[in-house]
Amino acid sequence: MRNSLIIIKKQIKDTFKNKTVLIQFILFPVMTLIMENAINIDGMPELFFTKLFSVMYIGMAPLTSVASIISEEKEKNTLRVLTMANVKPWQYLLGIGLYVWLICMIGAGVIATGIKKEDIPCYMLIMAIGFVISIIAGACIGIFSKNQMAATSTVMPAMIVFAFAPMLAMFNESIEKVARFFYTQQLKCIMDDMTFSTLKADNIWILVINSVLMVSLFFIEFKKKGLE
Amino acid sequence: MIRCNDVYKSFSGKTVLSGIGFDISDGEIFGLLGPSGAGKTTLIKILTGQLTFDKGSVSVFDKDVFSLSGEDKKNIGIMMDQFGVYERLSCIDNLKVFADIYGVPTGKIKRTLEKVGLGDAGNKAASTLSKGMRARLALARLFMHSPKLIFLDEPTSGLDPQTMRQIHKIILEKKKEGCTVFLTTHNMEEAYKLCDRVALLNEGVIVENGAPEEICRKYNHQKTIQLHLSSGEDVVIPHESGSAERVSRLLADGCIETIHSSEPTLETVFLELTGRKLEEDE
Ligand SMILES: Nc1ncnc2c1ncn2[C@@H]1O[C@H](COP(=O)(O)OP(=O)(O)OP(=O)(O)O)[C@@H](O)[C@H]1O
Ligand SMILES: [Mg+2]
Repeated sequence: MRNSLIIIKKQIKDTFKNKTVLIQFILFPVMTLIMENAINIDGMPELFFTKLFSVMYIGMAPLTSVASIISEEKEKNTLRVLTMANVKPWQYLLGIGLYVWLICMIGAGVIATGIKKEDIPCYMLIMAIGFVISIIAGACIGIFSKNQMAATSTVMPAMIVFAFAPMLAMFNESIEKVARFFYTQQLKCIMDDMTFSTLKADNIWILVINSVLMVSLFFIEFKKKGLE
Repeated sequence: MIRCNDVYKSFSGKTVLSGIGFDISDGEIFGLLGPSGAGKTTLIKILTGQLTFDKGSVSVFDKDVFSLSGEDKKNIGIMMDQFGVYERLSCIDNLKVFADIYGVPTGKIKRTLEKVGLGDAGNKAASTLSKGMRARLALARLFMHSPKLIFLDEPTSGLDPQTMRQIHKIILEKKKEGCTVFLTTHNMEEAYKLCDRVALLNEGVIVENGAPEEICRKYNHQKTIQLHLSSGEDVVIPHESGSAERVSRLLADGCIETIHSSEPTLETVFLELTGRKLEEDE
């Protein structure tokens, strides 16, 4: 656990210097606040941009940043140095995961300033769940990729599916039918109602299956490749 | 300290190491000398447990490499040919990570940086450092926790002579402190100067192994004397009693500009054993 904290500390120092990752964290919260305040068309659903961008935030930021951090450490050989210094792979992964989760939660907190007080706990919980699933997905890609280039090219399709499917689903019914099998779309639905109480069994199942799939993929990958 | 016995390693059918064996005792500087592609990095990876091998056995601290405890690993310091520094972090922050991991007081960072001659560069981002400075940062990281056993993969490759000398000085200091050092190089002067024992590695086979002076003496069979005369002429004469008269005559006449006796260097021994040069001519 101490080693995980050291990793988190190192990442925090790196955050302000690593522009590609930093932009991921800041972009959506800032865009959400700007769009919600600047654009106001009659008949537009309440919190339209907040919900849309929040789900995109879930589908993009943790995925790309975790994949890029892990693959960069592999490429630059720093991960090797850490494991040689007896940092266990799970300590490392836990550190990176916690770090990204915390930063994303801060971003979600910024977005939450624009929504009703009583909805904030529900909103934060949705975001928290989404970030965890995305972080695991990002870790899968990071473990799978040899270097940053490879990671980027795997992240792209995954990100488009998870982050953009909910948006496209709003405009196209047949996409909606497919998109509902992704966790991001399910989280978007929960967010539309802003309550977990209307949740149906199949919604829960989809979320659970998504998580179980990610976690199993993660363990299969990890077992096969470790942090090599 | 390290015992390596009949180790074989191949990558997808291509044999990279075959029948490697040696013992390294406490407090020794052991040099693995060989041209590019000989298998030096592969062997270091095997000795440090980063890579599995096909056959043979490797023990470090009298234990199998793959069963070293966390405590054992803390007694090992490794500098690979890729330094593995955090590019965007400053030198100090780079070392801070490892000071924390090893539980070393932060005060040691500054001292260690000074020792490797990076005292002024502490706040610079690693990405702005020159190659020599990066090498020294990687060395500093290795010295944060005072390991007893140190592996250095081409610590001075591609560095200027001055940086190289600094690094040599540090390595010799470590030996004085009682550390055991395993280093690889393709620089034979470096091996001769630093190492108590060297192994010459060629295409995955150790072709000779022993103290550098011994190896050189052993292959000193084509003894000659090389003279450069004031006339500009180069003369090579056999190094034997029969040549004494001729040399003394030339000497008496004041015709000799320079005079050398041929002593094989590790370079010439290597050339003789393998027909290959250690360093490619550039
Ligand atoms: N992971 C790998 N997969 C396949 N072949 C490899 C791998 N690692 C090394 N090799 C091969 O093993 C041989 C020895 O490589 P190695 O890196 O050990 O050489 P080296 O002596 O360290 O050379 P250099 O002085 O250039 O660093 C090379 O022919 C290389 O192509
Ligand atoms: Mg090498």
